[in-house]
Amino acid sequence: MTTVLEERGSISERLGATGTANALELTGVSKLFGALAALSDINLVVRPSERRAVLGSNGAGKTTLFNCVTGDFPASTGTIRFFGEDITQFPPHERIRRGLRRTYQISLLFTGLSVLDNIYLASTGVSRSRFSFLRPRRDDALMASAENLVRVVHLEDVQHAEVSTLSYGQQRQLEIAMALAGAPRFILFDEPAAGLSPTERTELIEILLGLPQHMGFIIIEHDMDVALRVSESVTMMHNGRIFKEGSPAEIEDDPEVQALYLGGDDG
Amino acid sequence: MAVVDPFETRADAAAREDRSWLERIPAAYWVVGLVLLIMPAIAGDFVLFQIFGWTFILGLIALGLMFLGGYGGMVSLAQMSIAGMGGYMVAIFGVSAIDTISLGWPWYIAVPISLIIAMIFGTLTGWLAVRTEGIYTIMITLAIAAAFFYFTRQNYVIFNGFSGFNGVLPPMLFGVDWRGPAAFYYLTLFWAALGYFVVLYISRAPFGLALQGVRDNPRRMSALGFNVTAHRVAAYTFASLLAAIGGILLTWQSAQISPGTAAIGAAIDILVIAVIGGLRHPVGPFIGALIYVILKTYAIDALVAMGLSGERFQLLVGVTFLIIVFWSPDGILGLWDKFRESRNRDPLTGRGGEGP
Repeated sequence: MTTVLEERGSISERLGATGTANALELTGVSKLFGALAALSDINLVVRPSERRAVLGSNGAGKTTLFNCVTGDFPASTGTIRFFGEDITQFPPHERIRRGLRRTYQISLLFTGLSVLDNIYLASTGVSRSRFSFLRPRRDDALMASAENLVRVVHLEDVQHAEVSTLSYGQQRQLEIAMALAGAPRFILFDEPAAGLSPTERTELIEILLGLPQHMGFIIIEHDMDVALRVSESVTMMHNGRIFKEGSPAEIEDDPEVQALYLGGDDG
Repeated sequence: MAVVDPFETRADAAAREDRSWLERIPAAYWVVGLVLLIMPAIAGDFVLFQIFGWTFILGLIALGLMFLGGYGGMVSLAQMSIAGMGGYMVAIFGVSAIDTISLGWPWYIAVPISLIIAMIFGTLTGWLAVRTEGIYTIMITLAIAAAFFYFTRQNYVIFNGFSGFNGVLPPMLFGVDWRGPAAFYYLTLFWAALGYFVVLYISRAPFGLALQGVRDNPRRMSALGFNVTAHRVAAYTFASLLAAIGGILLTWQSAQISPGTAAIGAAIDILVIAVIGGLRHPVGPFIGALIYVILKTYAIDALVAMGLSGERFQLLVGVTFLIIVFWSPDGILGLWDKFRESRNRDPLTGRGGEGP
């Protein structure tokens, strides 16, 4: 690995350095599990502030796509560029330190820790204090940003509660807060609305729409209400391939898409 | 499994934030601290030097294993070898009766060098071991422990082979003979207490929190930007420091170091100590060490008193270990938790209460 960790500057500095590069650029990405092609020849371009929904039936390769981008599973072929930089060979933590974030379909939280500690831990991961043997002081900057994020995802009432005592919906909100920690540049949301009640979904949409304008994301979502309201472009996947791309209205009206994915469902 | 130590959560800490730090020290610490401090006034020389001195040393070495195992989820059998390395180095660089090998450097050079070499050895061990998980970590560290034992026994140029080094004494600092029972008691108590509080402190610092995160969910941790491998190796380095301090004290206590000090049996004993005490809290290894040392010291007398042959003292050690693990896989700490829980249980509903 020839990566040297750069000093992390402000978002605008880094955007300046990378010019007008796309946030994410996938060229010919495939992922094979033995003989099974979970992804084949994916070409995808997402602009820095773009909000994109990825739709598709179960097994279409949506989560595998995320796993290849974050490096949880390395891609079998193809290249992945993040703000112009080729990250195909990077281990996951190097990609995260460059400003990529993701949430997981099944919450991967530290259930024995408090809400605040979970977010604090997420902030230290991309900072130099991750090896610190000293406890955070009360005026610690990372702790302050964690407290701020608690408010962003509407969890201030339970910030000192142990995560295991949180409701499912609150855990999903915490999952989002952890993805927002440490100045992300681009976020991958993997079915954030799964299992949420209608009220919680409304709250989720509020949180997503309330993110800073420059922060682009890709969202995998089965709930068309959520997906189409928070995104400006849509990518349809089917059997590990990109099937169709377009605006939410185009996708909704496309007869092929309706036959394949929406079916009889009035979405 | 809870990520934090069961005795304190941030919520507790927040609730007690208003009080001064002195008031926040639990009563148990005052009692135990006072008893330990005045121990030389009540206990005899043998108890001070042999029972408590040895308990603190073995507890310190096992504390490193508790840190690795309890917070990091990595069980290493090489802790005793790293302690042995520390002991050997202080004999080689410092003063011993084997003056053909020992360099005779003053303690303030020999001790830091010994600690550094032992930490490098421990870091390399960790660097190899973190590539494996679970039982394979145990196997690879056991292999390293075995290799260290046979190497020291067969190498005469540096390690003086079978007989090792004798006459390795602590320095006469401030005009005190640090091998005197009371002085040695305080010396080992100081390092054991320091190790205990440092481990407790680190468990809530970013490094410790992240280590517990790595234990529970390595994939998530790398998705937060943590280099999981580097974090695990760093945990080995820290555990090696604890082992190395323990190893040097152990060498000073017996005034000698030989291959037997870090033999396979001794390596496994450290694991036994950590497990019978409990891996969930840094006090566990010291409880385990006290039980182990008392058994090792008095088992022969107990067996002879029962009319049995004293040679079978290992049987008593083993049976006690089995009983503790059978009743509580979490060791003595687990038993204590069970007891507290049953006391708080509502007699009608059978459910655990919130009360004190």
